[in-house]
Amino acid sequence: MGLGSCGIAAGASKTFREFQRIIDSDKLDIELKKTSCVGMCYKEPLVEVIDDTGRYLYGEVDIPRVDEIIDKHIRKFTPIADYIVQSDKIKAADQAFFDGQVKISLRNCGHIDPESIEEYEERDGYQAIRKIADSHMDPDKVIQAVLDSGLRGRGGGGFPTGMKWKFARNNQSERKYVICNADEGDPGAFMDRSILEGDPHGVLEGMIICGFAIGASEGYIYCRAEYPLAIKRLNIAIRQAREKGYLGKDVFGISGFDFDIIIKEGAGAFVCGEETALIASIEGARGMPRRRPPFPAESGLCKSPTNINNVETFINIPWIIYHGPAAYAQYGTEKSKGTKVFALTGKIRHGGLVEVPMGISIKDVIHKLGGGIVDDKKFKAVQLGGPSGGCIPEHLGHTQVDYDSVNATGAIMGSGGLVVMDESTCVVDIARFFLDFTQKESCGKCTFCRLGTKRMLEILTRITEGEGKEGDIEMLEDLAETIKDSSLCGLGQTAPNPVLTTIKYFRDEYEAHIRDKKCPAISCKKLLTYTVIDENCTGCMACIKGCPVDAIEGEKKQVHKIIQDLCIQCGVCFTRCKFEAIKVS
Amino acid sequence: MRIQRINHPKNTDTVKDQPDLSLMEGLLQQYKNKKGNLIPLLQGTQDIYGYLPREAFYRIHEVTGLALNEMYGVATFYAQFRLVPAGKHIVKMCHGTACHVQSVTAITDEILDTLQIKDGETTSDGLFTVETVACLGCCSLAPVMMIGDETYGKLTPKQAVKIIREIRRSENN
Repeated sequence: MGLGSCGIAAGASKTFREFQRIIDSDKLDIELKKTSCVGMCYKEPLVEVIDDTGRYLYGEVDIPRVDEIIDKHIRKFTPIADYIVQSDKIKAADQAFFDGQVKISLRNCGHIDPESIEEYEERDGYQAIRKIADSHMDPDKVIQAVLDSGLRGRGGGGFPTGMKWKFARNNQSERKYVICNADEGDPGAFMDRSILEGDPHGVLEGMIICGFAIGASEGYIYCRAEYPLAIKRLNIAIRQAREKGYLGKDVFGISGFDFDIIIKEGAGAFVCGEETALIASIEGARGMPRRRPPFPAESGLCKSPTNINNVETFINIPWIIYHGPAAYAQYGTEKSKGTKVFALTGKIRHGGLVEVPMGISIKDVIHKLGGGIVDDKKFKAVQLGGPSGGCIPEHLGHTQVDYDSVNATGAIMGSGGLVVMDESTCVVDIARFFLDFTQKESCGKCTFCRLGTKRMLEILTRITEGEGKEGDIEMLEDLAETIKDSSLCGLGQTAPNPVLTTIKYFRDEYEAHIRDKKCPAISCKKLLTYTVIDENCTGCMACIKGCPVDAIEGEKKQVHKIIQDLCIQCGVCFTRCKFEAIKVS
Repeated sequence: MRIQRINHPKNTDTVKDQPDLSLMEGLLQQYKNKKGNLIPLLQGTQDIYGYLPREAFYRIHEVTGLALNEMYGVATFYAQFRLVPAGKHIVKMCHGTACHVQSVTAITDEILDTLQIKDGETTSDGLFTVETVACLGCCSLAPVMMIGDETYGKLTPKQAVKIIREIRRSENN
């Protein structure tokens, strides 16, 4: 049974208790096990039944379905095809979600009990570091393998991981550090959370290998405090690894290689995802970035050489070492190797986590794996890379998912949040939304980021409220370029991206807001007009009673009328009306 | 920058009497001479009192020698820390991207309207604090809100208000 945060939010704990209750009271011969999320968030809670005949994954298992599954599948041996979302025996309707996925980072998520080190070891866990120890691979060989695999940093920047390790290795120092960046703050991305909750030992093993390669003896995991379950499972994993001697002195029998890992809880600041800010935060200060160089590989935590990678990067390492770099490099494109996890959200039918080989087109991700747009509406654009990324419009849907192709559109790969928008999503509002986020999260160190984002937000807010002026678009572009050029860290340098890409691809929508005071997506509240559809109005007075400014007139059982001059576009009449008699345009 | 959070008006009605500083002793001893102890100390203090009482800053300063301005700087930098007590139930409204495109703003407005407070404020009876947060990480259940440890997904404004009303009713009984 999948018990990740997302599953628990969907009610998985209640389902789990119900199974437990029935199994206990009826003394059924069933072993009920906890795993984490398989990524199929849109069908949570998920329960996989494994019996002699095969594996059957059931979706949307609420309490009534528990009884049905126990009754039909367990007692009568007849799987319930209607509820099955994936199986190795029956062809299920949701099979398309899994077809085309290649699971490397998510190899163990949903398959093992994340709180059991034994289950991790049964699936080749800690075999990569053993391989290094047994075959006496030296650190340079390990780094060469990572280089050969073509792995690039999965946190967003896409810097070759092997190079980073090499720099850290080449800097001589008594103390060196490995840091795992688990401060996943992008609204709309949750792959790191899922990996930490589903396969914590995989991340630890990746860090141990990194520690061996660069010559570090201490590792830190900087994890968001908003991920309590991830922190809990990491703590359990670290305790188990210490008990087995996988962390501590001379780990895996490699003499002279001591390594331990400590968890640091973040305190809620998006900018701490930037590496120098993250280091400042671990040291106990305000998380403000500093100028680079010197890079952390030279002078990082406590002024010692430090290597920072994100969760998804580390989870790939054991697989690469165990299966060899060539196995990894067979996936992907020339410059972007391997696979990437995406968090599909927004107006998409099959929201969740998918892991696909680099090079697949955005359209395929949305339509083949994601099942298309909710309510069969028209696909308009996709926001890739969160607040640092940009909008990719429908006509560029053939864009390949790799670092360079995505950058060419003006968006970035980022951590892999993919928010799908349909025709009813207003891109100006989305740009305003992201700017609002970056403006709040700006640490305030650089003037252009601190004040520039604020000014841009003011202009965007004005535009969405119908107060836009000629010249606003040019002003936004001007501010955006200046902020990009003059900010110290990635937050400021990328903050204008959502605005720039939406202006680039949807300039006409900006113009409609400014010149015609209309929102083409019918989304910006202040730009809407509410009118009564005479044929549908029954004269029930519900809207009149709800209107806070008395802008609706009419008698009982007679058609009502909205007085436009008084209307404040609050939309109460629209939500109150039970007869679809209010038209929004 | 989150200026509005720093200038948060003090709600004197809900500030309790002098906090019992002896509760902090274990925490202070644990982190006293450790490097990078400032954030864990503040996190621990907030775990004890639910917020960071003014007196606690002075106590940490006395024991560890950490500068008051540094502590205040850190406490106001990170979103996690609060300088005034929160309500009994903290309602976190997810304003992540996925929730935003699924119109969470309308739900938040409806809740704030029902409780007669603004974003970040606490109701006068001390029952609810409503906060908008960046992302709770359950995007496929959008729009989402979290009350205590319970997450509510796929909400409509009506459902959300109903949940709040139910909690209030059970508290009043």
